[in-house]
Amino acid sequence: MMRKLFPFARKYSFYAILSPVFIVCEVMMEVRIPFVMAKIVDYGIMRRDISLIYDKGLEMLVMAFISLTCGALAARFAAVAGIGFGSEVRKGVFNRILDFSFANIDRFSTPSLITRLTTDINMVQNTFMMMLRMFVRSPLMLVSAVIYAVRINVRLASVFFAAIPLMAVVIAIFGNIAFPRFKKMFEKYDKFNASIQENLIAIRVVKSFVRSRYEKEKFRVSNDDLKKASVNAEKLMTIASPFMMLMMYSCIVAVLWFGSKLILRHGMQVGELSSFISYITQILMSLMMLSVVFVMSVISKASVSRLCEVLDEVPDISDADADASLEVADGSVEFRNVSFRYGDGKNILENISLSIKPGETIGIIGGTGSSKSSLVQLIPRLYDATEGEVLVGGHPVKKYTIENLRKSVSMVLQKNLLFTGTVEENLRWGNENATLNEIRRVSDIAQADGFVSGFSQGYATDLGQGGVNVSGGQKQRLCIARALLKKPKILILDDSTSAVDTSTDSKIREGLKKYRPGTTTIIIAQRIHSVESADRIVVLDNGRIDAVGTHAELLESNEIYKEVYISQLEGSDVE
Amino acid sequence: MSKNNKNIPRRAGKGTGGHGGGRGFEKPKNARMVFSRLFGYIIKNKLLLLLVAVLVIFSSGSAVFGTYMLKPIINIISDAVKSGSVEGVISQIVPKLIFMGIIFAVGVVSQYIYARLMLNLSQSTLNTIRRDLFEHLQDLPVSFFDSRTHGEVMSRFSNDVDTLREAITQGLPQMITSAVSIVGIFVMMLVISPPLTLLVVVLIIIVTNLMKFIGKRSASYFRKQQEAVGKVNGYVEELIEGQKVVKVFCRERQTKEGFDALNEEYRKAATNAHTYASILMPIMNNISYVNYAVTSIVGAVMIVNGGIFGIGVSLSLGSLVSFLQYTRQFFQPLTMVSQQFNNLLAALAGAERIFEIIDLPPEEDDGYVTLVNAAKDSDGNLKESEAYTGMWAWKHPHSKDGSVTYTELRGEIVFDDVTFSYDGETEVLKNITLKAESGQKIAFVGSTGAGKTTITNLLNRFYDVPDGKIRYDGINIKKIKKDDLRRSLAMVLQDTHLFTGSIKDNIAYGKLDATDDEIIAAAKLANAHSFIEKLPQGYDTLLSSDGTNISQGQRQLLSIARAAVANPPVLVLDEATSSIDTRTERLIEKGMDKLMENRTVFVIAHRLSTVRNSDKIIVLEHGEIIEQGNHEHLLALRGKYYSLYTGQFVLD
Repeated sequence: MMRKLFPFARKYSFYAILSPVFIVCEVMMEVRIPFVMAKIVDYGIMRRDISLIYDKGLEMLVMAFISLTCGALAARFAAVAGIGFGSEVRKGVFNRILDFSFANIDRFSTPSLITRLTTDINMVQNTFMMMLRMFVRSPLMLVSAVIYAVRINVRLASVFFAAIPLMAVVIAIFGNIAFPRFKKMFEKYDKFNASIQENLIAIRVVKSFVRSRYEKEKFRVSNDDLKKASVNAEKLMTIASPFMMLMMYSCIVAVLWFGSKLILRHGMQVGELSSFISYITQILMSLMMLSVVFVMSVISKASVSRLCEVLDEVPDISDADADASLEVADGSVEFRNVSFRYGDGKNILENISLSIKPGETIGIIGGTGSSKSSLVQLIPRLYDATEGEVLVGGHPVKKYTIENLRKSVSMVLQKNLLFTGTVEENLRWGNENATLNEIRRVSDIAQADGFVSGFSQGYATDLGQGGVNVSGGQKQRLCIARALLKKPKILILDDSTSAVDTSTDSKIREGLKKYRPGTTTIIIAQRIHSVESADRIVVLDNGRIDAVGTHAELLESNEIYKEVYISQLEGSDVE
Repeated sequence: MSKNNKNIPRRAGKGTGGHGGGRGFEKPKNARMVFSRLFGYIIKNKLLLLLVAVLVIFSSGSAVFGTYMLKPIINIISDAVKSGSVEGVISQIVPKLIFMGIIFAVGVVSQYIYARLMLNLSQSTLNTIRRDLFEHLQDLPVSFFDSRTHGEVMSRFSNDVDTLREAITQGLPQMITSAVSIVGIFVMMLVISPPLTLLVVVLIIIVTNLMKFIGKRSASYFRKQQEAVGKVNGYVEELIEGQKVVKVFCRERQTKEGFDALNEEYRKAATNAHTYASILMPIMNNISYVNYAVTSIVGAVMIVNGGIFGIGVSLSLGSLVSFLQYTRQFFQPLTMVSQQFNNLLAALAGAERIFEIIDLPPEEDDGYVTLVNAAKDSDGNLKESEAYTGMWAWKHPHSKDGSVTYTELRGEIVFDDVTFSYDGETEVLKNITLKAESGQKIAFVGSTGAGKTTITNLLNRFYDVPDGKIRYDGINIKKIKKDDLRRSLAMVLQDTHLFTGSIKDNIAYGKLDATDDEIIAAAKLANAHSFIEKLPQGYDTLLSSDGTNISQGQRQLLSIARAAVANPPVLVLDEATSSIDTRTERLIEKGMDKLMENRTVFVIAHRLSTVRNSDKIIVLEHGEIIEQGNHEHLLALRGKYYSLYTGQFVLD
């Protein structure tokens, strides 16, 4: 599975290869050192050969320094390659997400995309780094230590041939039992965190219904659950380490026992025995490391597959049918027998046909769930119509490149956002090259210039992350200004003044009327008041057009419109 | 609560390094105090902890002592080899080997037992800390939650408790074993050969200086990495959150550029940080080999010449072999300690943050007036009643003469010249005086930030005003016990805040022991019954936390039903119908009217059609009442209300 991500390592492949190369060198030295030591004991000490002691000693020292250098370099290269790989993956996934259409985003949900970009990538990055260092090191160490051990004495090495398979089997069994338990623990953890979060968000409800005792009891249950699951998973781990020690000690005792017999009866050397003991540590440690790598790669498997899901997702809106030279000529919009549904759901727009002339102001009214937003989202191709065709400026929307289309269609989303940065920086999203005068002008139309000028820093005021430093109504007005700065041919306001009071709302609409006469304006609103002066008003009901007409006409002939009107304005002319 | 947002300290991003070696290098402000307090949690069972300590010493001591056994065994063998007399040697070795095996066995067994004990101990400790933290959070005033992001509080549970978990389960035992091993090995080395030990000491001095150097570099790079990772994650969170806006404005290119710059900055910082972190292991490991090599040379020369540099010191081969084992063993705990030390510091810093919250003063409540079921006796006097009577009374004990008086709960609320500020600077409410008679419907209108929600915050005592400024049935609300006060009010908020669980559970949140009939009646009242019935699982439908399975409007209906089942004498509707379109609102109007019958109701709405039929409408602007009266009266005034209502300005 991890293999799928390997192309991201290409940019740093030089380091990714270099690191194991140096590790090979390091391991070779490390494994040889006890072997040389045996020579010192057996030929230097036992035969009282001082010059041999110095020779071999120096050899060992040189090897230790080579090993040190190689090890340090390998660590550096592994860090470069591992972190580099991580940031390439992060970049790849981020870019892919940016290419997603609205429909793609809906399929994943925002929080899940964020976890993938942060936690999951971190996990993968660390696993990759670990693998770079340990995947070569541990098996190599294992194999070469065994080879040296065999070279010293085959019969004594048979101790390893009993110990290694035994350990491998036990590790495998452990892994099999432990993995599901850990998975369960992580699931419990997620649930536990989710329930705390829920409590924090709803703290006002908890307090006003005096439910803190109830919440505490609920928490105790999930807290104890979590403890049980953790103990259940981790108690396996408490066996692992003593077991490992048990194996090591058994090997030492066995090697000493068989070794002393071999020395006394078959002429094995004392130094060989002592270096053998060093190999026990090296072999069992590398087995242990291998099992850790194994566990980590299993744990990171979940993260890898979550990243692959993102990378494999094909953005379903593209410029495939577009003509790059085609620009939007005017603000006309036409829906031809358009039906639309999200994913595999049922149609939420049914056979819509509607033609809007350039410069017209259209109001759209309808209850919750009547698909007002879905209808207008088809104009800038935030979604593609399931059936039928949407035309802008006389051409089907698919004929324009996305950039050309959206340049001319400005949409203020219902759930709109500002970003970290100053007011000016945020407004410039609409047009990077706008002059300060232009910015002021659109802000004035959107009724934002007044309060922005009131800030001590004016347009240089920092908005804070997500625009936390302004109120909901102010945020909406800034979003309108930002959309206007684009000088669009078509302006769509999707319930964009819901937090703005009625009088300011009226002022904004008046300003819009005067702003660039050729601009087609489409206003979705809950309040009749916001659309009543539109050239035409579309009444949507359950995904169908119920009626189209002016305020007066609809008041005359349309039941729904009349009902909404009465519900809102009843008694307004009491005087 | 946008008004408080300005006080919320902004952070670069909630994200942290996560699993990476990211944390570390943060230091607690008062390490000793935090440590002893943390220890207080762990030490609950002193005997058990003592046992653990003994077992830890046993286990690491056995490793040290077991290795020492190499010396006599090797000496016996090498003497035998030198002298050539093999007879009886094996029988000399066997008891030594058995002794060694026993020592090792004791070590393994005690290691297992203490690991198992530590697991229970640490999990119980974490369980208790989490519980203390959560339970204390429930008792904190609303102002605590208003001045912090959820992410901030959440990270106490996730990040801080997590680091603590790692430190207690792994770090602490490792530190202890390492310390015991270091001391034990050092003593054994001294026993075997003081000159060779001197050599080790020299190397240790070099190593510790090297470690200090690396540690310092590493710490500064880790700090840089933490900053960079915060920036990247903050950017990712913000831009992914606002991705639909990015798409609408075709800002993909700029967004990618911004990301690339931050990502590259992070890559550089992280590469350096990880280099220093991962370089430590090979360096320590190989220095132990250098030590090994030097020791072999010196040791071998000492054995052969019976001394070194002209100083006569004898050494046996067995001593050298076991000493060499010790040099390899010695550097392991040393590396461990240097790695764990930073983790421990980070854990203490996390624990400190947790204790900071636990130490915050809980929501104050010196109220003593309680809410009781009441009944009238034959004389018409109020009496406390055990059973539910549908009538409620305030039980007011008087400390002066020990008497108790009962006041019937009627729902009359008076604000007397209330001025309030959240931060002590900006006055959110100024000189508010108003009276809600029992059973009246009072509406507040005004633009965002006018102070509407603050009024409900005060009513509920989420925030407090000075004595006597707000009176409930003639009683100073500060004298009423908060729980009882809140039980007498039900709130329906704009943000519905439903919980994970079934629809039934969510409605029953208003009255935990509500019967099915009561729940259905409440749902019918809120006009929620019809849509609930249509769901495949009806009242047992599970609501997910992000609530994708029902619409926002439907969620609001459920929260109205939740308030209805609580059946409170006073109802506060804070933008309760804002997500419901006006047609649906008309449909539930009947239910709402029924719900409001015989209750005092406070309504906050920016949709004026909702408040039209109120007994009194209060128009707020910048925290002041600028107009009040009923709908007709206010329209006739042709003031602010008129202009809000008609969307036009009064021409002068």
